[in-house]
Amino acid sequence: MKYYMAKISDKGTVAVDDTILVKDELSCAGSHILDGYKPLFSAEAVERLIAKGYEIAGKTHVGEFGLDLVGEFSYYNELSSGESLKGSAAELVKSGEVKAALGVDMNGSTRRAAALSDVSFLKPTYGTVSRYGVISCAASGEQVGVYAKTADDIAEIMTVIAGNDTKDGTSLREQSYTYDCNEDIKGYKVCIVKELFDKADDKTKANLTAYAESLKTQGVEVDLISLDFADNANTAWQILMCAETCNNVSRYDGVKFGHRSENYRNIDELYVNSRTEGFNFLTKTVILYGSDVLSKHRYADCYDKALRVRRQVADKMKELFSNYDAVLTPACTKTEYAQYDIKDAFTKVFDESVFTAIPNLIGTPALVTNGVQLMGSHFSESKLLSIAKKSERTGE
Amino acid sequence: MAYELVIGLETHVELNTKSKIFCSCGGHSSPIEPNDCVCPACSGMPGMLPVMNKKVVELAATAGLMLNCEINRYTTFDKKNYYYPDLPCAYQITQLNHPICVNGLVKVKTAQGERDIRIKQIHMEEDAGKLVHGGNSSFVDFNRTSVPLIEIVTQPDFRSPEEVVTYLGKLKSMFKSTGISECEEGAMRCDVNISVREEGTEEFGVRTEIKNMASFEAIDRAIRYEAQRHMDALEFGTEELVQETRRFDDVTGKTSAMRNKETEADYRYFPDPNLMPIVIDDEWLEQIKANKPVALDEKAEAYSEMGISDKEIAMLMSEHTVAKLLDDVIALGCNGKDAAAWILTDCAGILRKAGLKLKDLAITADGLSFLIKKVEEGKLNRGAAKKTLIAVIEQGADPVQYCDEQGFLVEVDNSMIESVIDKAIESNPQAVADYKSGKEKALMAIFGACMKELKGSGDPSTIRTMLIEKLKN
Repeated sequence: MKYYMAKISDKGTVAVDDTILVKDELSCAGSHILDGYKPLFSAEAVERLIAKGYEIAGKTHVGEFGLDLVGEFSYYNELSSGESLKGSAAELVKSGEVKAALGVDMNGSTRRAAALSDVSFLKPTYGTVSRYGVISCAASGEQVGVYAKTADDIAEIMTVIAGNDTKDGTSLREQSYTYDCNEDIKGYKVCIVKELFDKADDKTKANLTAYAESLKTQGVEVDLISLDFADNANTAWQILMCAETCNNVSRYDGVKFGHRSENYRNIDELYVNSRTEGFNFLTKTVILYGSDVLSKHRYADCYDKALRVRRQVADKMKELFSNYDAVLTPACTKTEYAQYDIKDAFTKVFDESVFTAIPNLIGTPALVTNGVQLMGSHFSESKLLSIAKKSERTGE
Repeated sequence: MAYELVIGLETHVELNTKSKIFCSCGGHSSPIEPNDCVCPACSGMPGMLPVMNKKVVELAATAGLMLNCEINRYTTFDKKNYYYPDLPCAYQITQLNHPICVNGLVKVKTAQGERDIRIKQIHMEEDAGKLVHGGNSSFVDFNRTSVPLIEIVTQPDFRSPEEVVTYLGKLKSMFKSTGISECEEGAMRCDVNISVREEGTEEFGVRTEIKNMASFEAIDRAIRYEAQRHMDALEFGTEELVQETRRFDDVTGKTSAMRNKETEADYRYFPDPNLMPIVIDDEWLEQIKANKPVALDEKAEAYSEMGISDKEIAMLMSEHTVAKLLDDVIALGCNGKDAAAWILTDCAGILRKAGLKLKDLAITADGLSFLIKKVEEGKLNRGAAKKTLIAVIEQGADPVQYCDEQGFLVEVDNSMIESVIDKAIESNPQAVADYKSGKEKALMAIFGACMKELKGSGDPSTIRTMLIEKLKN
């Protein structure tokens, strides 16, 4: 499969996905609407890597605006028939060609991709990595994260890219963060969410059970608990995500940059035709859904309610994290996905996001490792990385 | 039948800040080419995030304090969605749910009497760009996008076009005199909500809104036209009034429908997740209050009490930098009336000759107060002070240094002046005799001799008084 949207350097050790800007390099977020767009500046995370001597290998393909399952619907990267679904950045990291890759976690596609390629991905606490230079969709929950094979590599990259940035109003004040992968995990308490476990297929269940067993051998206590609000949390996040995405992609109109339809007679046609040609079916669905939940007659019942659900989920998760160091769940229902029609994408992503939505909704960190997901409370990255490190498969 | 006019106003005022509301691009007022004052943020490029300009919050709160508003300690931004080529992000960042100021009050005095106009709210927002149409194409100029605005929304408390125009004039001079806004052409724009009801009734009539007018004259004409249209409809049934948005045509003097309630856009407002809520704590609010310039009414009154003429006050009100200079000079211990005369007569005269305007006056408060005080103390001759001012204005000289170089400053010693006077009396016996016999003109000869001896130093009026005292003996 093709990894790169734009290859920058053969010596590069870190790749960044196509929703993250690199100065003067194509940055199209996998969408036809941003055809030929080359930014005037790099993302803060990229600048920080370069400042520390890391070379950027290139831009990896993403699904249009990161809205799909794992990156299967990029305008620039058609799937060859018969291929099962994989994410470009995750596969690139797995191949060993780069040490790490940056990805934007907005609706779980990065975490699912990591699980399917059996690499790790950390979606850090909201506000720890600057979103400056990220082609933004769902501003209130998206966050730049790191793909790598090991917890140590993730910690290394996170140490470089995390920390306050005055160019991002949502960036937390902390100047830097420490990521420790060597905490003593003996005595940690981890819980498996029954409702999420039950949604997965047998292979995924077996993988998760084996992982839980390996944790037990490390002295970690593993409980099975019930958590009744995962579906509601997912619905809330999809509402907010669609609304914010609809708003953020409304600037792509064919007037200033990107794709402009050749077929127009006036400004209305220029907008409509450029956008009709420029967005794929999934983005269009998200735009329609997002417009609807923000409209006058739906706002109170949808958008406003979703904000209230966000508050409640945050409170309930806080309570849960006061009893457990981490929550263990599948990252998606299956270990392998066959190709499917894009018109089914909205339902598919909606269903799969039930595993990934909570950290996006409330800004908590989540780490995918060994094909499973560990969720923690705000700023608990070190705990998650330490758990992951202890059970990394060594000497492959 | 007698009708009553009911009017509410939404007034947009461009704030006078160094940079735009969410990026560091310079403000709008400097003369530049189209799209010179534009960065990736204010032209809506992906990847850029808005970062709040604190000064905007301070100016908006200051405007609110001047209009007797409550300042909301918790204030948030919302996104308003609509497509237009002059709006690069296809949304405007504005305030819907938690505006910065609420519940204000302004008194408006017209020939009909004084009326309280309640201010519903003041909110902060960004301006849109500008479209320039030419030939078969339209061009977009983003210099104005993200220029900070406040929108001042009144309750429907106006009852006549005179009140509206008086209110707007009051806002304009208030903001201009305090530097909150330059209030230049187009920097103040109004939407007028208007309805007509039978006099004595409580219920409001059908309301129409006339959008986006920039001149007071157009606003006055538009209100008169629209009021007549409403009254004709009510009185003669000429047409059925509907709630709608209208535009005013400056050439025909008429309003016409733009869109009605059914076709009204749904702006799909929602809280902007990129901008954290702003919390104005006690300390910050106290600081804003302390820095609040004195509002126009209070200020004009204070000037008037100092003996400054109405004409001079009007000049000061129109140029906030000049008023600031006067305030600073007064703060340094100078007499207000004298200082005003120095600025508005002496300096203004020199500026006029040099082809400059009053607002071009470049002298520090320290420099000016130095000159005024030296003249008062009799250590600097008024003519020499004027020469110094010319050098300051025309060549940018430093007043203290210039006086020093020219030897204008004299350490006056009264005993020295006394001896000069004595000497002059002694050597002009004829003139002394003439003066004493009632020929007042003869005094000039003796006075002239004194001044010649003193080589222009010393305060002439003091010397003259001393001379007259001496001659009484």
